[in-house]
Amino acid sequence: MSQLKWQFTTLVEAKWETPTVKTLVLDAPAWTGHKAGQHVDIRLTAEDGYQAQRSYSIASAPDDKNLSLTVERIEDGEVSPYLTDVLQTGERLELRGPIGGYFVWNSDQKKNNSQPLLLIAGGSGFVPLMAMIRHRANVGDNTPTRVLYSARSDEEIINREELEELASKDSALEIIYTLTRKQPKHWKGYHRRIDRQMIGEVAWTMKDNPLAFICGPTALVESAANLLQEIEYKSENIKTERFGPTGG
Amino acid sequence: MNDNDLRLDGNAVGGLLGEIFQFEMTTAQTTCAGCGAIKTVAELMLYRHGMGAILRCAFCDQALMRITCIRGCYRLDLSGMSGLQVDADVH
Repeated sequence: MSQLKWQFTTLVEAKWETPTVKTLVLDAPAWTGHKAGQHVDIRLTAEDGYQAQRSYSIASAPDDKNLSLTVERIEDGEVSPYLTDVLQTGERLELRGPIGGYFVWNSDQKKNNSQPLLLIAGGSGFVPLMAMIRHRANVGDNTPTRVLYSARSDEEIINREELEELASKDSALEIIYTLTRKQPKHWKGYHRRIDRQMIGEVAWTMKDNPLAFICGPTALVESAANLLQEIEYKSENIKTERFGPTGG
Repeated sequence: MNDNDLRLDGNAVGGLLGEIFQFEMTTAQTTCAGCGAIKTVAELMLYRHGMGAILRCAFCDQALMRITCIRGCYRLDLSGMSGLQVDADVH
């Protein structure tokens, strides 16, 4: 039983995923491991002692070498612009975690294989779901998995290359995008917000005994969860995590 | 932006509750004293403000948990819940 303690990590690598989203790879010597879907709290302390604190989802899988976070830069945010624009490799970052026990997925060959996954993401809500997808791939879990990823445009899809490479090698992993604002020429995919018809086409039916994880802005999460309930999903089949403009 | 945009859920107070409790609290089961709904802390609706956090029932809006930290002292008002079941095995 361990109390949650603040610890220092060091930024070892940073990579822009989209024009506004950056992945921070951290060296975290005191890290005790995590589950896919968990988050950390990050604390920034100014010279005068003022502190600002925010939560960020862990992007790396439990079995990855380094802890990594994928952070969306919120214009006018207090913490995220520091993380994406100011923090340099070799510099320290204070965090605590892993946090959360509800929005997590563990590969369990015996149990989860019978429970296909439906991962629904809005924008940077994709990050904890990517940790689950990476974990699933790392351990060779073949749980049937459908990802419904809503982004404003194709440039804003996080980890697209890695995701599509994983899907190309794995027939049990299907990726479905919907681009709500701007679509590339000849786009054949969905180009609207998640709605009843889309859920009907994408989601597993209840007879498959699915497990859905939904993460994104509050409105998207609640709308998707309601749509799943309309096709008879029970609340124990749906796990949700909301994030909002209080992020920053 | 309306009030709904400011609503998060109990996942986001995992860190704060981790300061106070020894156990993983986002998976603790709460019973709403208003409507009897049984939900994990993660499934409660979270409203954060300068003074602290309020967790409300997703069904009847009852305030189940009010948490503040003032001058180094945590204050919890749990009068809106009739039960709280915490798993001692999970952290």
